[in-house]
Amino acid sequence: MLADKDRIFTNLYGRRDWRLAAARQRGAWNATPDMIALGRDWVIQQVKDSGLRGRGGAGFPTGLKWTFMPKEVKDRPHYLVVNADESEPGTCKDRDIIRHDPHLLLEGCVIAAFAMQAHACYIYLRGEYIFEREVLEEAVREAYEARLLGKGNVHGWDMDIYVHHGAGAYICGEETALLESLEGKKGQPRLKPPFPANAGLYGCPTTVNNVESIAVVGEILRRGAKWFAGIGRPKNEGTKIFCISGHVNRPCNVEEAMGIPLRELIEEHCGGVRGGWDNLKAVIPGGSSVPLLPKSICDNVLMDFDALREHKSGLGTAAVIVMDQSTDVVRAIARISYFYKHESCGQCTPCREGTGWMWRVMERMAKGEAEMREIDLLLDVASQVEGHTICALGDAAAWPIQGLIRHFRHEIEERITRYRGGRPFVPGTYIAAE
Amino acid sequence: MSVRRLAPAAQQPASFTFADDSRAKAQWWLTKYPEARRASAVIPILWLVQKQEGWLSKPAIEAVAEMLGMPQIRVLEIATFYTMFNLEPVGKYLLQLCGTTPCMLRGAEDLKTICKHMIGPKGATSADGNFTWIEVECLGACVNAPMIQINDYFYEDLSPEILEDILKRLAAGETVPPGNFVRRDTSAPEGHALTLIDERLYDGSRGGPITLPNAPEKLPANADGGNG
Ligand SMILES: Cc1cc2nc3c(=O)[nH]c(=O)nc-3n(C[C@H](O)[C@H](O)[C@H](O)COP(=O)(O)O)c2cc1C
Ligand code: SF4
Ligand code: FES
Repeated sequence: MLADKDRIFTNLYGRRDWRLAAARQRGAWNATPDMIALGRDWVIQQVKDSGLRGRGGAGFPTGLKWTFMPKEVKDRPHYLVVNADESEPGTCKDRDIIRHDPHLLLEGCVIAAFAMQAHACYIYLRGEYIFEREVLEEAVREAYEARLLGKGNVHGWDMDIYVHHGAGAYICGEETALLESLEGKKGQPRLKPPFPANAGLYGCPTTVNNVESIAVVGEILRRGAKWFAGIGRPKNEGTKIFCISGHVNRPCNVEEAMGIPLRELIEEHCGGVRGGWDNLKAVIPGGSSVPLLPKSICDNVLMDFDALREHKSGLGTAAVIVMDQSTDVVRAIARISYFYKHESCGQCTPCREGTGWMWRVMERMAKGEAEMREIDLLLDVASQVEGHTICALGDAAAWPIQGLIRHFRHEIEERITRYRGGRPFVPGTYIAAE
Repeated sequence: MSVRRLAPAAQQPASFTFADDSRAKAQWWLTKYPEARRASAVIPILWLVQKQEGWLSKPAIEAVAEMLGMPQIRVLEIATFYTMFNLEPVGKYLLQLCGTTPCMLRGAEDLKTICKHMIGPKGATSADGNFTWIEVECLGACVNAPMIQINDYFYEDLSPEILEDILKRLAAGETVPPGNFVRRDTSAPEGHALTLIDERLYDGSRGGPITLPNAPEKLPANADGGNG
């Protein structure tokens, strides 16, 4: 188990005060002016050396991403935008950072914005997080009052942070949809290129980072890149907040070392699977978008980007959704298909039509009233949606279904057979023609 | 995709006026964006309107368009795209029950049964005007599943019995504080704590003077460190 001394989020559960004075006692805002004094190249090099990879799902190296911003500020200002839209089913970690350790996030914003020569940062919070927004606004107010933000602040880098919010749309977590939404439009993803680093918010150079990616930066610089890089495995370094939900005895959020074995994570921190490890059926290891894993893989798999990729799944947002033997996996995945159908922004045909079609077929499969050959048809449609859309929501809708068929095809088949039992067989009756 | 439309004409009020408080808050939101980018405030301001009226009527949407200098159609698009905007009046308590898989695995279906039983069908408002319940997608509190957002706040770690009790108390005019309904600290595991128990994290030592590791002996030439 990760030692307490190596935890960044020391108030993860809100057992202590989140306000400025208490946060400072725990180390937030400590030595930030010194970091700024060492210059942006130093900051970026440290973040690169730490091995930090984006915590928003894709795992792109954070330091490298920052270097994509133009070297010089020309006529257009630079922006930092923090993605606090947190809507990937299973994920609820950014919420804890915001309501319990908001000053770590604000501190990270100053450092990151300085490294990218931005003087303004928007934090885009999902609309439903109203309590979290109240806390964050208050933390921002405290930081201005203490001259940690604003013009002529103690860091010598003029900085404004603005809290913004959405109003219920998963797609606004996709970075370009988020920027559209922040500009006051429907949250529909943009075609890339141009990438946000060239033309982002208001057409200006912009970097979008996840809350957790930004909130860890201060502590990494305070302790040194080596410390962070020393935790986890090569290319999968550092600590990470895991959200473990579903059929465990004690669901929770916990900060752990990257690469912790899945079994250890569940048994140590969550009191095990309901009914014991042998009662495990499957785990979705990284939020609803990634393919699920059957127990045989869960027995030994490590929780990091590369280990999970080897098993054709992914770390995603590190939201671990646990399903025991009592679970109807087909129905569980059908509900996820409904989610993607509901959240598709509708601008590309394969996604708008495909998510609805896949959901309807999944519903029939959950009942058993599908045809055997529709399983392959479903796989085929899923692979036609995957990679053929403007944003990755199309992929995210396809992957859970592909994972289900890869590992639990037998269950779908059995269900169809059982449903058929006693009924006359009429070919073509149930084929999905919608 | 969710297809949403405005309430029928018969249900629309004749006009809308900003309350002083909403107007003041709208002005505050506008200070957050560059002057030429007033449209950025559209979601927060529609939200203020919804706080004031309970829902978004056509006249209200038009008033927001005027305030922001936006074409009405653009604001209509926003109101229908984002699902937190109520396009019809709702009960005094709006229950948004999360039905996505992590909540479903821990009993969201049983909560729906209670809602159907005590309030009525999904989307309808109870006869006394107190409650409307709808099913929503993941609210980002999955380790505290199953959960419901009632008006602004989250009610977490629910069971059918607890929900029944909450509804009864609300109907009786009581206030029910939001939060966890089993004994645990927010997202911490139930029962004894395994992590964040080392007192040295909290004794102030982390807030004391430190020297940054890996700092170069001499400041690099490009370390302007300031607004340069
Ligand atoms: C459909 C969709 C939803 C997303 N939702 C989120 C989200 O809620 N929060 C988030 O940080 N990133 C989300 N992302 C990823 C962002 O597009 C982006 O990669 C991320 O914010 C980058 O931050 P990072 O480099 O710090 O990880 C989503 C992506 C897609 C395609
Ligand atoms: S893939 Fe889906 S969500 Fe993404 S842009 Fe296309 S329609 Fe919208
Ligand atoms: S699935 Fe219900 S809060 Fe996430």
